[in-house]
Amino acid sequence: MRNIASFLHPPWPSRLLRWPVAGAAILLASCKPAGVLDPQGPISSAERLLLINSTAIMLVVVVPVIVATLAFAWWYRSSNTHATRSLDESYEGRVEFVVWSIPALTVILLGGVIWIGSHQLDPRAPISGKSDPLRVDVVALDWKWLFIYPDRGIAAVNQLVIPVGTPVEFRLTSATVMNSFFVPQLGSQIYTMGGMTTHLSLLADQPGEYPGFSANFSGDGFSWMRFVVKSVTVGDFNTWLEQAHGTGSGLDAASYAELAKPSRDVSPTTYRSVEPKLFERILDKTVTSPRNATIGGAWCPPLRQGGG
Amino acid sequence: MTIATTLDRTLIAVPTELARGRGGGGPAPKRIVVAFGFWIFILSDMIMFSALFAAYAVMSGNTAGGPSGAELFNLRSVFVETMCLLLSSYTCGIGVLSAERRQPTLFLIFAAFTFVLGAAFLFIEVAEFAGMVAKGAGPWRSGFLSAFFTLVGTHGVHVASGLIALVYLVAQMIAKGLRAAVLRRLLCWSLFWHALDIVWVGVFTLVYLMGVYQ
Amino acid sequence: MLGRLSWAAIPFNEPLPMISMAVVLIVILAVLGLITAKGWWPYLWDEWLTSVDHKRIGVMYVVLGLVMLLRGYSDAIMMRTQQAIAVGDAQGYLPPDHYDQIFSAHGTIMIFFVAMPLVIGLMNFVVPLQLGVRDVAFPVLNSVSFWLTATGALLINLSLVIGNFARTGWMNYPPLSELDFSPDVGVDYYLWSLQISGIGTLLTGINFVTTILKLRAPGMTYFRMTVFCWTALASSLLIVAAFPVLTATFMMLLLDRYVGMHFFTNDAGGNQMMYVNLFWAWGHPEVYILILPAFGIFSEVVANFSGKGLFSYRSMVWATLAICILSFMVWLHHFFTMGAGANVNAFFGIMSSVIAVPTGVKVFNWLFTMFRGRIVFRTPMLFAIGFIVTFVIGGLTGVLLAVPPVDFVLHNSAFLVAHFHNVIIGGVLFGMLAGINYWFPKAFGFTLDERLGKASFWCWLIGFYLAFTPLYALGLVGMTRRLEHIPDPSWRPLLLVAEAGAIVIFCGILCQVAQLYVSIRAREHCRDLTGDPWTGRTLEWSTCSPPPAYNFAVLPKVEAIDAFWQMKRTARAPMQPAYQAIELPRNSPAGFVTAFFATVMGFSLIWHIWWLAILGFLAAVIVVLMAGWSIDREEEISAAEVAQTERVR
Repeated sequence: MRNIASFLHPPWPSRLLRWPVAGAAILLASCKPAGVLDPQGPISSAERLLLINSTAIMLVVVVPVIVATLAFAWWYRSSNTHATRSLDESYEGRVEFVVWSIPALTVILLGGVIWIGSHQLDPRAPISGKSDPLRVDVVALDWKWLFIYPDRGIAAVNQLVIPVGTPVEFRLTSATVMNSFFVPQLGSQIYTMGGMTTHLSLLADQPGEYPGFSANFSGDGFSWMRFVVKSVTVGDFNTWLEQAHGTGSGLDAASYAELAKPSRDVSPTTYRSVEPKLFERILDKTVTSPRNATIGGAWCPPLRQGGG
Repeated sequence: MTIATTLDRTLIAVPTELARGRGGGGPAPKRIVVAFGFWIFILSDMIMFSALFAAYAVMSGNTAGGPSGAELFNLRSVFVETMCLLLSSYTCGIGVLSAERRQPTLFLIFAAFTFVLGAAFLFIEVAEFAGMVAKGAGPWRSGFLSAFFTLVGTHGVHVASGLIALVYLVAQMIAKGLRAAVLRRLLCWSLFWHALDIVWVGVFTLVYLMGVYQ
Repeated sequence: MLGRLSWAAIPFNEPLPMISMAVVLIVILAVLGLITAKGWWPYLWDEWLTSVDHKRIGVMYVVLGLVMLLRGYSDAIMMRTQQAIAVGDAQGYLPPDHYDQIFSAHGTIMIFFVAMPLVIGLMNFVVPLQLGVRDVAFPVLNSVSFWLTATGALLINLSLVIGNFARTGWMNYPPLSELDFSPDVGVDYYLWSLQISGIGTLLTGINFVTTILKLRAPGMTYFRMTVFCWTALASSLLIVAAFPVLTATFMMLLLDRYVGMHFFTNDAGGNQMMYVNLFWAWGHPEVYILILPAFGIFSEVVANFSGKGLFSYRSMVWATLAICILSFMVWLHHFFTMGAGANVNAFFGIMSSVIAVPTGVKVFNWLFTMFRGRIVFRTPMLFAIGFIVTFVIGGLTGVLLAVPPVDFVLHNSAFLVAHFHNVIIGGVLFGMLAGINYWFPKAFGFTLDERLGKASFWCWLIGFYLAFTPLYALGLVGMTRRLEHIPDPSWRPLLLVAEAGAIVIFCGILCQVAQLYVSIRAREHCRDLTGDPWTGRTLEWSTCSPPPAYNFAVLPKVEAIDAFWQMKRTARAPMQPAYQAIELPRNSPAGFVTAFFATVMGFSLIWHIWWLAILGFLAAVIVVLMAGWSIDREEEISAAEVAQTERVR
């Protein structure tokens, strides 16, 4: 074990830095880009770009500040006889002006980035794509995800199959507590809230399988609330639709009530048919869910847009 | 003797005598400290009421198929309530002035009036709540009613606490006379009572008038 | 008779809580036994439990905060361990309902019962001394505040063994926290514990706003106060303005749970978004309540250990006030993903970045204070330098999260967890540890061991980076927060590094405990005989260590900023001042007894023991009224006594 005394007196001797740097390099090398750093759609690509640009803008200020902190601490240590000291109070308007300007200019720049970025990447904004958008209704349950394709008459649990290059327009709600629908490689997440509808538009550029999950804690089964997004060619998507129409049971009020019972780690399944306007009825809570069957079953909250 | 510049460069030593006007007069006397602290408390209470007002504003349309304000509020009794409370503020003011002028009997008379008017306010309010509950419009009926009962009820609880505090302070005054400490507390109490009046004006306007006439 | 309380509430069949309870009970009994054996009860009661002296109350707050740090840390190491083990097919050692309670308790305890008590404790101890006055504006209320906070801490700890704690996260969002989804006592423990301690905190805010604005030594104009007092003022104003919102919000949730109202339910017109807005309207000012005093401490420490006055005092003050006001305009950045629309999101994002301007100004001012100073690397200064580097990184990630589209992919991820630990540990905790090391000699009359202090600093610094840098990476690759089970085995190496970091932090905590033990044993060697061990510039260093009950025999006349430094420079010949009799408030059991009944009331409300709750509430009210009945609550220290005490110094 190295001499403890050397730990206790700054600055950090350079030979000790070797180990942490080597370790960090090994760790970083073992990570391949994933999640946010591996965008597979225009939304996530734009968001990653924003992340990198904003970080770069701020590093321009942050890195010199950190370097200056360590440098000043080192240079102006009391044992340094070479350093000039100026212990009397000093005030300089010019320094003051610079001190306020640097953060202010950085923030003005960032403010522009924020304004433009927020408008361009509004989750609700439709994505212009080559084909007509596909509508998917998303319902967060305990502790699984229900995906309804209202125009195609089928539904799926814990798997979301979408055609490549097609904008997908989501309407989202929760049948229970607040969750958050999130597929990092495709882009933005959005909360799902009971009795309310949120909206999201995403698009997948490439075929692939992308993990999705809930990003807002919702109870004991939260860790298992994962699903897979499969982006496939249009042909494969139509094949999948046909398969779904031909297998499994239908999703009506009874089977929905069964589905809505708390369960976790649910294997992906599909439903061959979906009761019409199921999403609206879930919103209206006329389809009772066992978890709140005793309270509030008779009240009908008005359809509301989520958004605060 | 250095003379302070109008810019008050704090690095130039200014003798204590010249600093007095700019907050440098030393610790304030007890009466000011207590009253100021109580003002800050009232400020915090106002903020709590603001949160309840905000909740009411958000929920005012959430009747969930149940009754709305227009169907439930009886503006006549609300008017009587309001008059009781406003009058009680007036009698409270006169009472405290009497106390400051060391007139204990006058103070007791106006304190009694204040108590009776405040109690009348509470009586009418409780009757209103009971009536609404009997009609099936209790606070558990809808979000709107939850917000209504909580906002108006919290104000009512404050009024009730104020009445209990008034009895306590009157007892203290009878036992100890109109000493400085008792006067300080009466002053604080009257600030509290007037503040409740201000909140009620807000309630009356935003809840009752707007509820009925929107 | 006993509501829903029964023997079933105690988890006899679960080893972890039972073992922890056994350990805690043994420690508590040992401490109580020691006190009884040594006959310390009268001393403790007269000098500490009933004390209304801001110095004693400050010390008790800090002790509470440090003890709860141990509890909060044990929750943290349990979480880290679970996440390091439960990868892929492994399920770990904590079932989900336990894990959920642990992370909820961890957050709640760390914010409300570690960070707040440490901040308020240091404010309590230092502010009257720096203002040159004898005590705060309302000393008995100060005692009530402390004991109500202790009540909250007690209730949360009771939830470990009697019943369970909330399983909703420390923010307790509905509808998960409503009766439908959390019917048991957990959320009630959370709500009553915080509601009761919240009253204490609010009273502290009122107390300090009044003290700082109305009670200062003669000649101390606003711009001659120390920066720590300015930040204490800003923090107290934030407490007064923000805590009532939390009180109202929790009141609404309690009404939902106890009376069946519909503020935040899914049905009957409830609106869960309103809770989120109200909670964060309190929540964002809360983090500034925590960080501003830490900034103030660093201003004191950096100036002192650079041997210079603080660079540009005025802009520090304006920056503090700007942060204070701006902190109310940013709350929506905690839920950009709720779907508020681009204009609203952009506004709050821009405001959140704007708040980085005064913060950046402060950092530059500290840097320029160090520039051309004569820097001495004592423990507080090490924490200051570590803070500047660490906090700036945390601030960077914060402003990054303030860009709504970036937040859309990082919200609620491990990246967010790393960010807020970055600023809370690097900012608040380092500030409190620096402050404790800095002012310990003033409070107890002897300095803390320097070597162990430095060792604890390095352990905390290295431990922090080891524990949280992996979380930044994990957030970027798609790990969300509050996972009881880790789905992707490739995350395991980073989680193991995080676990190692948590262990290094534990070494830091051990060093601190050792530091206390060693310093107390060696206290005769390290006596602070001058009252001024660091060559201080501010008024608290002009008293002896520890200061007498009345702080200053004669209130100092202040003529400039850094009043003590000014006095040293003008080197007045010590005159024999004319001592006058000093009036001090008498000690009062009101705080302790009120809090006792508040505990009874809180516990009874949680368990639905209605008759006991009513009794507890009435008893608390009666105690308050009884305490208020006596008007002559002061005792006099005669001029001769004062002279005698001053001679002994």
